[in-house]
Amino acid sequence: MATRPVEIREGHDTPGHHEEPSFFVKYLWSTDHKVIAMQYLFTGMFMALVGGFFSYVFRMQLAWPGESVPLWGLVTPAAYNMLITNHGAIMIFWVAMPVLIAAFGNYLIPLMLGCDDMVFPKLNRLSYQIFLLSVVVLFSSFFVTGGGFGGAWTMYPPLSGEAAYNNTPAGQTIFIVAVALEFVAFLLGGINFVTTAMNSRAPGMKLYDIPMVVWMIVIASIMFMASVGPLVAGAVMLIFDQTLNTAFFDPTRGGDPILWQHLFWFFGHPEVYVVLLPAVGIVAEVITVFARKKLFAYKTVLYTAIATGVLSFTVWAHHQFIAGIDPRMANIFTVTTLLISIPIAEMMFVYIATLYGGSITFSTPMLWALSFIATFLVGGVTGIFLGASGSDIYLHDTYFVLAHFHYTFYPIAIIGTFAGFTFWFPKMFGRHLNETLGKIHFWLTIIAFNGIFLPLFVTGVLGDNRRIPNHQVYPELDNPLMNGLREVATVFLVVMLLAQFVFFYNVVVSLVRGKKAEKNPWKSNTLEWTADSPPPHGNWKELPTVYRGPYEYGVPGRSEDYWPQNVPN
Amino acid sequence: MSVHTLPHPRHGVRTGRSAVMPNGVFGMLIFVVAEVMLFAGFVSAFTIMRRSALVWPPPGQPRLPVEETAFNTAILVASGVAMLLAGRAFRRHAPSASRPLVAAIGLGATFVVLQGREWWMLIGGGLTLTSSALGAFFYLIVGLHGLHVIAALGFLVYAWRRLARGFLPPGVMGAAEVLWLFVVAVWPFLYWRIYL
Ligand code: HEM
Ligand SMILES: [Cu+2]
Repeated sequence: MATRPVEIREGHDTPGHHEEPSFFVKYLWSTDHKVIAMQYLFTGMFMALVGGFFSYVFRMQLAWPGESVPLWGLVTPAAYNMLITNHGAIMIFWVAMPVLIAAFGNYLIPLMLGCDDMVFPKLNRLSYQIFLLSVVVLFSSFFVTGGGFGGAWTMYPPLSGEAAYNNTPAGQTIFIVAVALEFVAFLLGGINFVTTAMNSRAPGMKLYDIPMVVWMIVIASIMFMASVGPLVAGAVMLIFDQTLNTAFFDPTRGGDPILWQHLFWFFGHPEVYVVLLPAVGIVAEVITVFARKKLFAYKTVLYTAIATGVLSFTVWAHHQFIAGIDPRMANIFTVTTLLISIPIAEMMFVYIATLYGGSITFSTPMLWALSFIATFLVGGVTGIFLGASGSDIYLHDTYFVLAHFHYTFYPIAIIGTFAGFTFWFPKMFGRHLNETLGKIHFWLTIIAFNGIFLPLFVTGVLGDNRRIPNHQVYPELDNPLMNGLREVATVFLVVMLLAQFVFFYNVVVSLVRGKKAEKNPWKSNTLEWTADSPPPHGNWKELPTVYRGPYEYGVPGRSEDYWPQNVPN
Repeated sequence: MSVHTLPHPRHGVRTGRSAVMPNGVFGMLIFVVAEVMLFAGFVSAFTIMRRSALVWPPPGQPRLPVEETAFNTAILVASGVAMLLAGRAFRRHAPSASRPLVAAIGLGATFVVLQGREWWMLIGGGLTLTSSALGAFFYLIVGLHGLHVIAALGFLVYAWRRLARGFLPPGVMGAAEVLWLFVVAVWPFLYWRIYL
């Protein structure tokens, strides 16, 4: 029996040589996937606070226009534009991506596949460092002359291409550079994830034995890498327009601004599924454990995810129905958009089928996972109205669109993250969170979330346009009903933000004196639960071997209702 | 990353699964997917612009040197062939890959120099980044490819030096092959879309 040649990486304990690394090496310069995951997780959470604060400021302005906002002051139109632009960009590129893909991906992939680290640990460290740099660059854009970029996260030219139009000569370019750096970070991360999943699985782990969340992160990484190229191309052209006086997107000099929209949304639509899939994967892990049931139709979920990934490359022009594209083209994109709701709906049904007949425990992670299904459904269904070009002509760029994508992104980025975080917290930190506080936080957050965005569906249908700092200027938008709904949304936003203090309190208190967690507190099957809580550097003394799939719960004829992947029989 | 073919202190006990292909090759292949899409983005943008232009090529702009560049293309393709030979030689008897590797590097460097000369002449003839859409796209796309060639050449030199010092891991050699063949293969396509 030949042993396979393996790489010995620097930074890993080589035999007969073991020293306790310094704080700096251990936490800031580490190549350990778990440390890098924590770096991404906490940076992402910090950015969520920044993005959340921004939303607080502009929602206050929307509810009570022209009044001084506590902790900020008067919101000028320029500041308003800067706040909404950076809120959107931060939440997608600096919260959803780093937390769902990079943090959970880094933490879970090696642990769930039964290996000691990523295959390229140094690339992994570099990935986080570039990500951190992108954060610094983004923040620096807020302090340059003219302030941060305010041309919306979609950066449509000519507004974004000419300092004379957007009044942020430096901010416009720094913003794009920050986004570009973030892409480089995820490119490096994605290469690692896919290679690790294909090459470093535990012996015995066949493709269909891979836990769903790992598959989802891998598919999302591939989608990200296949879609980001055209946007990077567009970003380079936009930076050239801004700084070197080219005219790629300038219609007055023969350029084509619609071209940008194609390049952006060719990336932008797959991107929404890039963040969706990891969240869907997290939910699969949580509901199988807390329903004690096998995942219904594992292979169907997997192939559905792949089909969604492929289809998502064919729907992008539904963002451009009224941008002057050919109506025949609009028809085609209507059809593809309605098609893509089928696999998404199917996944939701599969999850409901998984729950059916299970013995369900309503623990905090389970509540989050169930609420993901409920709220995401609203988001998906409203997407169908927007996908039909006929109704979209009316709804485009109203608060209906905004409510639609918050009913998709919020379940993904916030609910999905909380589901994963509360589920793996005992593994990550070796202690349990407080369940009561967890449930209080859950109910406050989920009720407030619906309170924010349900009213906005209504204002949207009433014709409320997005990206207007002060509705009083438009008499038809300035009536008691719409103003009242805006105020309701803002009040719930404040409640939602305040509720997060419960979460942070819970985390801090539990870290210090939470109940100690054993290896496998949820009686779960997957490999990460066979490592110590928290897992040491290198994860296991002896790496596990896999004998079966990850979802063998409630198998008849066994005394236990679970059957870990690493148990021979 | 130092790589040895010693059994890993922990992995050593294991048998069973072995990797589909070396990590380096696999990682580079994924990177190349992203690169293909990057070039596809640029080229489709260029194609859209060119189709929607009323007159093409833009008047008063120098003609792109189709014949000279055909020659440059041949040189780059030859360098790709040399790389293929180097790869085959490497798998038969590693040190014998040194010669074809040097040939690949030399031909690649010649390509860069000749393309640089071409740019020099075109700029002199009035084709600049801001003179027309043709100029803008030409320098953008061809320049991006040029940067790729230079970066990939750096990687080849690194591989060659490790080979000369006695040990080049198969993963690194494989990654160098994948990267170089990508850079070579994308060029005839760019030549066809941009020059012709
Ligand atoms: C995976 C979850 C989804 C996310 C994260 C998401 C996100 C978004 C975002 C960010 C926008 C607006 C961008 C902007 O204008 O600034 C948007 C618009 C849109 N979404 Fe979704 N979406 C999701 C699912 C869906 C589904 C399932 C459909 C259709 C079946 C859909 C159809 C649309 C359409 C047609 C628009 C364009 C509306 C318009 O601008 O008029 N989305 N979505
Ligand atoms: Cu879309």
